Amino acid sequence: MLYFSKIRIFLITIFTLFFVYIFLSNFIKSDDLFFSKKINLGLDLQGGSYLLLEIDNAPVITQKLQNSIPSFKKYFKEKKIDLKNFKISEDKFLIFEAKEEDILQIKEILEAKEDNLINNYYPRFKAHKFDFVEKNNLFKLSFSKYGLIEIKDALQNQALETIRRRVDEIGTNEPNIIKRGSDRIVVELPGLDDPSRIKNLLGKTANLSFRFIIQGSEETFGSEKLIFEDGSESNAIVSKRIILSGENLIDAKPSMDSETNETVVNFTLDRVGAKRFGKATTKGIGKRLAIVLDGKIISAPVVRDAIVSGSGQISGDFTFQSATDLALLLRSGALPAPLNIIEERTVGPDLGQDSINAGIAALIIGFLLVIFFMIFKYKIFGIIADTALILNLFLLVGILTLFEATLTLPGIAGIILTVGMAVDANVLIFERIKEELKNENNQLVAFDSGYEKSKSAVIDANITTLLAAIILFFMGSGPVKGFSVTLGVGIFTTLFSVYFIARLLTSIYVIKNKKKEKLI
Amino acid sequence: MINKIPFNKFYKLFNVISFIMIFLSIILLLFKGLNFGVDFKGGTLIELRVTDKSITITNLRDSLNQINLGDVTVKKFGKEKDYLIKFEKKDFNNPNFINEIKSKLTTSLGNNFEFRRVENVGPKVSSELLKSGIIAISLSLAAMLIYIWIRFEWQFSLGAIVALFHDVIITLGIFSLFSLEINLSIVAAVLTIVGYSMNDTVVIFDRVRENLKKYSDIKIFELSNISINETLSRTIITSVTTLLALFSIFFFGGEILKGFSLAMILGVFFGTYSSIYIANPILVSLKVSQKTILKEDKD
Repeated sequence: MLYFSKIRIFLITIFTLFFVYIFLSNFIKSDDLFFSKKINLGLDLQGGSYLLLEIDNAPVITQKLQNSIPSFKKYFKEKKIDLKNFKISEDKFLIFEAKEEDILQIKEILEAKEDNLINNYYPRFKAHKFDFVEKNNLFKLSFSKYGLIEIKDALQNQALETIRRRVDEIGTNEPNIIKRGSDRIVVELPGLDDPSRIKNLLGKTANLSFRFIIQGSEETFGSEKLIFEDGSESNAIVSKRIILSGENLIDAKPSMDSETNETVVNFTLDRVGAKRFGKATTKGIGKRLAIVLDGKIISAPVVRDAIVSGSGQISGDFTFQSATDLALLLRSGALPAPLNIIEERTVGPDLGQDSINAGIAALIIGFLLVIFFMIFKYKIFGIIADTALILNLFLLVGILTLFEATLTLPGIAGIILTVGMAVDANVLIFERIKEELKNENNQLVAFDSGYEKSKSAVIDANITTLLAAIILFFMGSGPVKGFSVTLGVGIFTTLFSVYFIARLLTSIYVIKNKKKEKLI
Repeated sequence: MINKIPFNKFYKLFNVISFIMIFLSIILLLFKGLNFGVDFKGGTLIELRVTDKSITITNLRDSLNQINLGDVTVKKFGKEKDYLIKFEKKDFNNPNFINEIKSKLTTSLGNNFEFRRVENVGPKVSSELLKSGIIAISLSLAAMLIYIWIRFEWQFSLGAIVALFHDVIITLGIFSLFSLEINLSIVAAVLTIVGYSMNDTVVIFDRVRENLKKYSDIKIFELSNISINETLSRTIITSVTTLLALFSIFFFGGEILKGFSLAMILGVFFGTYSSIYIANPILVSLKVSQKTILKEDKD
């Protein structure tokens, strides 16, 4: 156990020096280093806001079922199959009735695997888009597990894009926006200590539509009663026919109306939108045009002239801030579904700095205490164990830096704990050597068998901690995950520093001083 | 054999004490329960620092009660001017909620405070976090069980697992007794305790097994004591260095890590104790002998 070949000594030195260098690169502010990675600080250390958003899928799923009714009708009509009494039930089933003689054929169509146009088959999942049951000629269809996954995936991707656009528009520092699970999105905003504006912006779906207000009963398309956002009027009957939607907008900007001195939002339409808007306003002179955002009327001006220029103005009871935000929402497009903020954690920058200071203070104090204790207990071998411990710390931080891991406050606690527990391996070995020396006169042999016999206990001890760290990594979230990372990586660096660095130093020392009595 | 401490003389006494402590802990956990923080209960937490020293906790409590937030708790948090405010939030979907509280507090307290930290956890998330916390702890216990089953004979596994449960239950019992807050970092602490306690037990068991092979004529009652003594200096040194690290987190690592380091300190203490006074007596009462390990080797 005490013998090291030259090549091994060389490799250990190179490996250690490499990570010491990476460790140091965290503290050197220079661009010309060939290695410029730095450890990431978690939001709890650098300050910032963490938001967990959940996509409200339910209305979209109902809508999708609703939308599939016409295609079902059309598809089966072409096949000369008569279906009737289509409806969507509360618990999200698409229900229709069929004639007795058609049942078998319908089932065949729904169950087909090749080129099934009405009930898509996913060979990858071995599943159809819809699951169905049939009872007394009544078909009940619902999205299958994979059909739902497809919908949710699409929603999540769309929502992610829109969120990214909105967050980017605000211009925060390096936002991190990632998917979580099937219907959630994490937004991390480093350095942001008041997330209320972003929360406001993300809380709005921003579904914009231009629709006429109905005064008589001339509309046949259907209508609904909507309230006014600013409460200037209580409500109005608005046509369901959408003249323009947010999709037709290519730009929106807040500005000051020179005549009324009011803050307004100017918008520009795309070609299709401009044409449709022109046509509608030509026909609708004298009518009121409601501008509806998320089911509320922002304003409803009377159309005085046909607007064919492809640009227009939304007035309302805006402050400059609210006009800016509305313009931003319109530019970044609508969310596919409403979002709920289900978790929020915000840490101010000075608390973050305080935590860093406290963590580093605790680390240094804990480190020094352990180092002095080891020297007190083992003298020269204490210094060897301490050297290994210091290099262990460099290795640990170096590896975290190399993999750009995120360091959190519990992560720092994990490092301190590693410092305390890392010496355990050396203690096990040294104690064993002491025992061996009682029955063995040859010190070299005693050292050798001390290392050999303590091996199983050292490995056992570290595997138990590693198991705990791995479970924590997969089950924990946020800062706690940071703890599991440092604890887990710490085990490997500890084993390396004990079995390579400390053992190498021990072997050098013991071989040089083998004539001396009572080495340890 | 070194200056021997007769640990085995006190097996019975400490077993009774442990039994009482576990019993009391279970009673506490069942009837008093744990003080779950916002991570697991849901709600809002605000860490607030006042810049005007004349503002007292009573001022703060009064102004918060005027806002009608329901059941608000306010307590000191570390330094004199830091406070922790907790309440169960009602209108979770109002994005301006925190700002409204801030502006209402400004009306009554003036511009003499700042929010240092805000945490809002919705009911869905908190119940998920609780569930995954329980799963994590159960999984880690199961993983340890499997690990030690592979490494040792069943008598040893039983001893180690009972010792683990002992440590986890008593640590949680103490948290219940003093109404200390259980949050995500406490789960991390409990998992680390599980690892540490196991580690400690395994080191002694390793020695017990080695000695069983060596001495066929010594009874397990005596043999466990020899093994404990032989590994004792390691047990003490490792506990001391780990505790040195933990106490420095406790005293210097800031308020946020207090609960975590306290749980770990308790865990290290009970983990060390249970390796000696729970795990070993179980080997004794199961009459482990040289045959136990030799039989296993033959299989």
